[in-house]
Amino acid sequence: MKTILHIVRKEFLQFKQDRKMFAISFVAPVFQLLILGYAANLDVSDIPVVVCDMDHSRSGRDFVTRFTSTGYFRVVDYVDRLQDIDHYIDDGHASMALVIPHGFQKDLGAGRPSPVQLIADGSETTSGGIGLGYASVITSRFSQNIILESLSRRGVSALPPRVNAEFRVWYNPELKSRNFMVPGVLGLLLMVMTTILTSLAIVKEKELGTLEQLIVTPIRPRQLIIGKIAPFMLIGIVDVVLVVGVATFFFDLPLKGGFWLLFALCLIFLMTTLGLGLFVSTVSRTQQQAMMTAIFFIMMPMIFFSGFVFPIENMPRIIQYVSYAIPLRYFFVIVRGLFLKGVGIATLWPQAVALLVFGIAILSLSVLRFRKRLA
Amino acid sequence: MSITLIPIVRKEFRQIRRDKRILGVLLFIPALMLLMFGYALNFDVKHTSLAVYDEDMSRTSREFARQFWNSEFFDLKYYLKSKGEINSLLDGEKVRIVLVIPSTFSKDLARGQQANVQVLVDGANSFSAATIIAYVNSIVQQYSLNVLATAIQRSSGGVTVPIDFQPRVWYNPELLSARYLVPGLIAFILMIVAVVSTSLSVVRERELGTMEQMMVSPIRPLEMILGKTIPYMVISLLASASILAVGYLLFDVEIQGSLLLLFVVTFIFLLGSLGLGLLISTVAETQQVAFMIAAVSTMLPTFILSGFVFPIRNMPIVIQAITYLIPARYFLVALRSIILKGVGVSAFWDQFLFLVLYAALTIGASSYRLRKLLY
Repeated sequence: MKTILHIVRKEFLQFKQDRKMFAISFVAPVFQLLILGYAANLDVSDIPVVVCDMDHSRSGRDFVTRFTSTGYFRVVDYVDRLQDIDHYIDDGHASMALVIPHGFQKDLGAGRPSPVQLIADGSETTSGGIGLGYASVITSRFSQNIILESLSRRGVSALPPRVNAEFRVWYNPELKSRNFMVPGVLGLLLMVMTTILTSLAIVKEKELGTLEQLIVTPIRPRQLIIGKIAPFMLIGIVDVVLVVGVATFFFDLPLKGGFWLLFALCLIFLMTTLGLGLFVSTVSRTQQQAMMTAIFFIMMPMIFFSGFVFPIENMPRIIQYVSYAIPLRYFFVIVRGLFLKGVGIATLWPQAVALLVFGIAILSLSVLRFRKRLA
Repeated sequence: MSITLIPIVRKEFRQIRRDKRILGVLLFIPALMLLMFGYALNFDVKHTSLAVYDEDMSRTSREFARQFWNSEFFDLKYYLKSKGEINSLLDGEKVRIVLVIPSTFSKDLARGQQANVQVLVDGANSFSAATIIAYVNSIVQQYSLNVLATAIQRSSGGVTVPIDFQPRVWYNPELLSARYLVPGLIAFILMIVAVVSTSLSVVRERELGTMEQMMVSPIRPLEMILGKTIPYMVISLLASASILAVGYLLFDVEIQGSLLLLFVVTFIFLLGSLGLGLLISTVAETQQVAFMIAAVSTMLPTFILSGFVFPIRNMPIVIQAITYLIPARYFLVALRSIILKGVGVSAFWDQFLFLVLYAALTIGASSYRLRKLLY
């Protein structure tokens, strides 16, 4: 126990000396969560639309108003000729174009179908598909109203049947993407910070030649690993408190599931990421190798395969299996469950057990690797 | 200048060649990453699991419910017998959406009144939920328009749907998310690869003590910067070529625009990013700090702030201003313009200028920092 404490003290001294590292460990997570939490937003609103109104009629303007009044669309400009649309979409100044044909009002009055064109920029992220969906609903509502109007003019008093859907959205009634994204960004940040901290811990001493000095002392591999990981665990805990604080006080995310449960589960999660970093450190020969391994084989797969934005259900079967080996996947279920749904340990225990098993496994693997290296 | 430059370039190349693992990572990982992530990243919301609770149990209500699972958007998972099952299905994420048809459904329709149905949606992932709601709306709207049209036909002769809605998607007609995500992935991967490959180069020599040898030799800072950049530029360009080949062969992402323009833009972006890595390397005192700065400043900011996944125009103004500091943002617009839209430099000249500025700034600043270190 005493030897462990010595190593812990040594690591802390080193950490304190390095002012830049100190600053990055504590300041970066807070600032990044603030910036990235606001930026990570998939709400579809204010899609820029260019309108080509060739009819210049009241009905045409009325139709356009249906689009703008929903808040999903924003008219950036009006043009008169069809070919003027091109450069708006090519340059990215508009992601949709709405074309109202010549004779729109006359056709509607005469009961003839009038062809309305909607052009969407498919190279743009995410909004293309949803925008088209909204547009088609708006259009068919407009059609329905016209039919109903013409009926009442003809004197048909009883309104014909139609169906109305009432939506109840659970867990996130206002459908704010922030409620989903901020816990996600929080998980990503903790993962990146803690993996960085330990992934150079041992290889650094190897490259600088101080590992020999440690080897000749009567320290056992297990003690060294614990001594190396303990200070970083503490830094990780401070980071957890900082980011959870920002999420609750700044982003107004109600922590429905209870602070202490979140705290305990965060500790288990830290074990997995610190362990992964340490493992990278034991398998690398130089710090450069360790950095590349950590970034390309640990952090990038974690970012993309964990279900942060890209739903795991949509991935190919093989990648879905791979994602079971990604600790962040379980952590996302935990943080989102606690922040959004307010579920408790009764629902989250499978994820907690998975993280615990992963953490113990990766830490023992690091100790084994390290011992083999020493022998 | 070239006389002293060549030996440095040769030395760097030799060093890279000796460390096979790093060479392999830099050359092949980019294409491998695109291969893995390109298949995994997918925003298409299809085959959403659905439960139906039909209180009406009439021919009309079954006909209505069938509209849902006949589409590719929904898969019927449960046909519920009681209302009590709904909670556990949504809580346990067994289904994402529950359709509740009230017992009065067919009677209301027959009497010519508005029939209400209830739709319960799991809103935790707000983006998927918004997409699901749009699909439900268009199915319901379509159904009621059809009911309306047939009812009128029966009572008062012919009627046509007034607006003939013709949606059209440019650049990506099937709205495949792979198509717009692949250019983003390319920008993200190249950014990380470039910064990672140079961010340890100078600080490593300082930490290992070989920097003194450089100081006594007659090398000028700019020469040393170029000497360290050129080998990695060659590697990164090869990696870019392979990544584009993978994009073309596996994801059908054809390059619509000019190859020469694509090369020039990629070259300038890589120059700037390699320069950024060098700048980090001259600022940090230890490799650990360099690793931290590189990872913290590139990974998540590039992922979230570049417009790769999250549309920049959705972000608050302050955050939009911050995105101007993210070089991948400009590269991404240029990539989408050249690869998907096939437009020339006139459509994105502003982005091009920003990239040139970025390269000049990072190369200039790192030479300046290096001068301070050398003398």
